[in-house]
Amino acid sequence: MIYVAFLNGYMPPGGDGLTPRLAESVPSQLEHLPVNFDLSAYYSPERGQYNATLILAHLLRHLPEANAKIVGLTNVDLFIPVLTFVFGQAQLNGPGAVVSTYRLRNEYYGLPSSPALLYDRTVKEIVHELGHTLGLVHCRDFSCVMHASTYVEEVDLKEARFCSDCSAELSG
Amino acid sequence: MKNKKKILIVDDEMSVRRSLEEWFLEDGFQVETAEDGETALRVMHSAGPFDVFIIDIRMPGMDGITLQKRVHEVDKDAAIIILTAFASVDTAVEALKMGAFDYITKPVDPDDLSNAVRNALRQRELSEENIRLRDKVTELGLSSPIIGESSKLRQVMEMIDAVAETDATVVIRGESGTGKELVARAIHARSPRRFFPIVAMNCGSIPDTLLESELFGHEKGAFTGAQYRRKGKLELANGGTLFLDEIGDIPAQMQIDLLRVLETKRFTRLGGNQEITSDFRLVCATNQDLESLVKDGSFREDLYYRVNVFTIDVPPLRERPEDIPLLARFFVDKYARAMAKPVKEIAAEAEAVLLDYDWPGNVRELENAIERALVIGKDRDLQPADLPLRVERDAKRPSALALAAVEETHIRRVLRERGGNVTHAARALGVDRGTLYNKMKRYGIERE
Ligand SMILES: [Zn+2]
Ligand SMILES: [Zn+2]
Repeated sequence: MIYVAFLNGYMPPGGDGLTPRLAESVPSQLEHLPVNFDLSAYYSPERGQYNATLILAHLLRHLPEANAKIVGLTNVDLFIPVLTFVFGQAQLNGPGAVVSTYRLRNEYYGLPSSPALLYDRTVKEIVHELGHTLGLVHCRDFSCVMHASTYVEEVDLKEARFCSDCSAELSG
Repeated sequence: MKNKKKILIVDDEMSVRRSLEEWFLEDGFQVETAEDGETALRVMHSAGPFDVFIIDIRMPGMDGITLQKRVHEVDKDAAIIILTAFASVDTAVEALKMGAFDYITKPVDPDDLSNAVRNALRQRELSEENIRLRDKVTELGLSSPIIGESSKLRQVMEMIDAVAETDATVVIRGESGTGKELVARAIHARSPRRFFPIVAMNCGSIPDTLLESELFGHEKGAFTGAQYRRKGKLELANGGTLFLDEIGDIPAQMQIDLLRVLETKRFTRLGGNQEITSDFRLVCATNQDLESLVKDGSFREDLYYRVNVFTIDVPPLRERPEDIPLLARFFVDKYARAMAKPVKEIAAEAEAVLLDYDWPGNVRELENAIERALVIGKDRDLQPADLPLRVERDAKRPSALALAAVEETHIRRVLRERGGNVTHAARALGVDRGTLYNKMKRYGIERE
């Protein structure tokens, strides 16, 4: 079971349809899980961002049962200590991941808002981080959802699905 | 998935180690971490070799720069990326000078991090390829290092060392056959660009009509016969060194084009309109007097000033005769190995001839002469008769003094080869021990 946690009630555009959409790409059962906790404890004033590693650690406490996985969704700007930012963070082969829509929004790049684009990007990033929790590493296939993307344009280049190699890896 | 690249992360901060570890695990690396330099060196021994190192510059105990040095002592081609705070960028630049591949400042932009690592891996692959090639070359005996101990040659070596680290354009001047390309290769091999290719082109040996396409490349259909897109030397040299031999032979129109590329580092392939950027260091060579070419108008003055930043003069062989025996020895060994023949000695008389000839064709002529001698020589030693007629005929007849010098050199060498054993040396020299003792006394050769 994979739990999709909208942190503190944050819903991206098309949020209602998100969990069923993810179920099309991820070979697992998915369920919506409400999770509330105070993110301000993980805010770094000197960075003006939130520490993804610490949020993830906290999120795991909300895991309803062992052997399940949880992915948290938020709209705050995430970082990990050594990097300027991350779209999301996951534990390779582990139980948890967190994804932020903060830098997936067109507005962040000074472009007109596009809810459809944001929805696509959000789906891709969640599938990507879940892929990591399922043991997948980055893929060379640029259309594969497991392709590494450090730019939002690269997120747009890939599709919300695992390539045949990655799928084989998942079922193997 | 298979054959994972290995990375070693060295940082005293646990949160940095952990987040980099996670990041690289997700990127498909095999990751090891160490919290200080001592641990890093231990991990290097127990879990190495590593493809990439990421080393924090400021750590308690052994700092990053020291660790970098120690790592390079173990693995001289180690690809090291230095992690630094903005405040210590100066030190990071220092690290670059000492052979770090790159540095990145904390916090790191994810794209910079992946680019730095990707480029470092590319460097590593290239250097491994270079090692393979080098081994192959030595095996085949195809390469000749710069050989000699004369003061003139030492000056050249010093200049190579001085200029190699900079990115300055170099003009190598010298008669043909003096080894200008070897000098260019030595500059490249000692430069920070050594992990990228050196691409050589002889402007004098390519017809003018093809020169342009050789240098700039062309798109499919750019001219009759251009069936495929082809990268030019400018593009191939990206990251590395472009060596243009016989630069004085470049036709007028090409001089303009080349000057433009040197100024902008940008160009287009023939028949193309896509602008290509190439970052290369230019090393040129010429056996002509560029200044007089400028005076008579056949070489552009602006191009001359652009390329002539640093000049290295390679002396002709006749100006460094003391290097001849060493060079001859090297070529005898080289060709004996290539021809799978037993290694010959050079007879004292033959060495005297070599010393007295003035080698207008320089090192190349000497090499050819030795190669020929090994092909035709039947004797155990290389004899004067094995040398090309011209060499034997034109060599000034050795004077008594020169002969004595040759004899002394030869005795010293035979003694050295026989571990100082006078009896064995005398037998090898075909004289009795008493004669050898007398000669040793005359030349002041000590018994060991
Ligand atoms: Zn990823
Ligand atoms: Zn894939």
